[in-house]
Amino acid sequence: MTKWEYAPAPEATEIVSVKDTYGNYIGGEFVEPNSNEYFKTINPATEEVLSAVPVADESDVDKAVSAARKAFGTWSSMAPGDRAKFVYRIARVIQERAREMAVLETMNGGKPIKESRDIDIPLAAAHFFYYAGWADKLEYAFPGRRAEPLGVAAQVIPWNFPMLMLAWKIAPAIATGNTVVLKPAETTPLTALMFAEICEQVGLPPGVVNIINGAGATGAALVKHPDVDKVAFTGSTEVGKMIQRELAGTHKKLTLELGGKAANVIFEDAPLDQAVEGIVNGIFFNQGQVCCAGSRLLVQESVAEHLLDKLKRRLATLRLGDPLDKNTDIGAINSRAQLDKIKRLVGVGVEEGAELFQPACDIPERGFWFPPTIFTGVSQSHRIAQEEIFGPVLSVMTFRTEDEAVEKANNTPYGLSAGIWTEKGSRILWMADRLRAGVVWANTFNRFDPASPFGGFKESGFGREGGRHGLEAYVKLVAP
Amino acid sequence: MTTPTKEHSLGLADRLGGSVDAVGAEARAAALSTRSIKKDSKMWALELAIRCCDLTSLEGQDSPGKIRQLASKAMRPAPGNPEIPSVAALCVYPRLVKAAKEALAGSTVKVASVAAAFPSGQSPLDLRLEEIERAIADGADEIDIVISRGAFLAGDDEMVFEEVSRSVEVAGGAHVKTILETGELGSYDRIRRASLIAMAAGTHTIKTSTGKISPASTLPTALVMAEAIRDFQDATGTAVGLKVAGGIRSAKDAIRYLVIVHETLGDEWLTPDRFRIGASSLVNDLLMQIDKQKTGFYSDPDRYTLD
Repeated sequence: MTKWEYAPAPEATEIVSVKDTYGNYIGGEFVEPNSNEYFKTINPATEEVLSAVPVADESDVDKAVSAARKAFGTWSSMAPGDRAKFVYRIARVIQERAREMAVLETMNGGKPIKESRDIDIPLAAAHFFYYAGWADKLEYAFPGRRAEPLGVAAQVIPWNFPMLMLAWKIAPAIATGNTVVLKPAETTPLTALMFAEICEQVGLPPGVVNIINGAGATGAALVKHPDVDKVAFTGSTEVGKMIQRELAGTHKKLTLELGGKAANVIFEDAPLDQAVEGIVNGIFFNQGQVCCAGSRLLVQESVAEHLLDKLKRRLATLRLGDPLDKNTDIGAINSRAQLDKIKRLVGVGVEEGAELFQPACDIPERGFWFPPTIFTGVSQSHRIAQEEIFGPVLSVMTFRTEDEAVEKANNTPYGLSAGIWTEKGSRILWMADRLRAGVVWANTFNRFDPASPFGGFKESGFGREGGRHGLEAYVKLVAP
Repeated sequence: MTTPTKEHSLGLADRLGGSVDAVGAEARAAALSTRSIKKDSKMWALELAIRCCDLTSLEGQDSPGKIRQLASKAMRPAPGNPEIPSVAALCVYPRLVKAAKEALAGSTVKVASVAAAFPSGQSPLDLRLEEIERAIADGADEIDIVISRGAFLAGDDEMVFEEVSRSVEVAGGAHVKTILETGELGSYDRIRRASLIAMAAGTHTIKTSTGKISPASTLPTALVMAEAIRDFQDATGTAVGLKVAGGIRSAKDAIRYLVIVHETLGDEWLTPDRFRIGASSLVNDLLMQIDKQKTGFYSDPDRYTLD
């Protein structure tokens, strides 16, 4: 051997038991759908069918909302300290079953096991721990006012972080005394169904958490349901706008966490080797299927060439392949539809005249894959600089001064996140004041913590998840 | 002093410059340490780690007898198993170079001597250079020098540059490894800076630690030094080696260093010419892990010789 090749190191899958068929989880039980319809859910890395999951129609949605309404009375009047115990117990069981959950997340979603194992699942548990802590301390979160739960929350989550988005939605909702009906994305229902088992395991009162399945029509029926008091949606800007139109004039409270086209801004004095890691983590984490991905690289002209040389060399070391392999850096794209969208937009980039770079890498025959991709010579007026690709595709642009960096970074319909890389503290603060983005990372990227609020400006949505701010979306504040 | 050339001048270190973000460097090193190395790739790494080993004894109590025993271990780490290669070098104090050279005669194992007022470097430069000359005269193939951390921390980069370049000069073609003693430098920025100065001054290898202070070598330190080596090669075309030393006792740790070198500098650095691990007790754990790979069981530690 002259080259050191790492032998395959796949995580064992025996720990996971996936049923052939699932029901919707309503009122504490897995029930067959009134619709009698099921859809298959697959492993995007192999296209192998994992299970059949029910489609909830309007009557199933109604049943779930009724179960949540019925549970609301006792759940919301329970002593907050007791509610906290349930939320805490959920967090503990997620930790106990973390490996099983991580393997299932990777099988169903295609993300590398090292991410589901080290990031998604630990963070999901951390969110439940964090909000368990708030459950009996709401008077400190909102001094001088009393925080009352809203009622039934309808929650629709995306496929890129199935379990983590579930945690972001369910933890603050139930900690504050609401009950929920959650619909996972149609391509990634399995960890949510495992979560339903965890609700049973911890003895959560029936109806506090209900999980229904289906695609857009199910989601639409859920958010439209008249007995829903709160809608929380994470997903595309297009669907977010439809929901907002639908809810206009109703009593329903709404939070939206939508798309992004984040700028990752590298100044000439940045620690370049760590900036390269930050760029890689910003755009290739979860194959770039991240709403806050650093998909636009803005690099100061004086170091652009040097930095891109380093970045290209680093790309060649990324390991694409079996997501269950512990050494895999780039996993599978979540679905054929998403892969087609990425291919289409990359085609547009080439047509627009941007220069494409992809490292040599073997693409597996089955499954949905896209190699890490960099476009250089990109202008603001290119579509790949404006539209969210939601894939492992980075558009590189240069700037000369701080003012130009801010102008270009803000020149987007979105405003979810941004990154600043510089050794100069005052420049970080100056930039952070001017960037119109909900999260601004300094000398790092894609770092998350339950105590830190997350959310967007402009077409990236409104409302915050995480932190004390995340409680506000699930309470109405009244006089004490 | 050697005439500074374009490649070898302090200005080169200035030009390469750069800073290191501590949080980012540590996160990257931690991420690389989760690589899962199994089966054939593990066997290959274990064997490579033996070949890259500088078997070291740097104690006040070292005697010619002790060094002769260690030399035997260096040549035949596993006496009963001819498939196990020799280590790269035996690393000793200057007074013991002769004994080591005699004991290793006819083998591939090099004699490395620490010199230049190891471990503190706090002696006049002419005495330090003389120590190098004496070690070379006694037969040392390689010299491990230390930089003057006191001078470096006081901002006297010129002095560090000069002591390294003159050491390389008096070593007269012998391989010179420059110990930065990273545990005394206080920041990754300074570790990078010291790496660049030593390389600009012509050292053949940069080395983390003397093993005499804590912390000794760490994974992020090795990463930062490897990145400096890569930048230096990009700028000059010169490939400088890396040696990690101090506190590396387990095969697991050794493999983590190999992963960092592999993914930062590439396969070309996975050779004893460009990568060394300085250690006194690592070899036996490597041997034990090799047997574990072959048989599936851990053997009795007494099956591995202690010299």
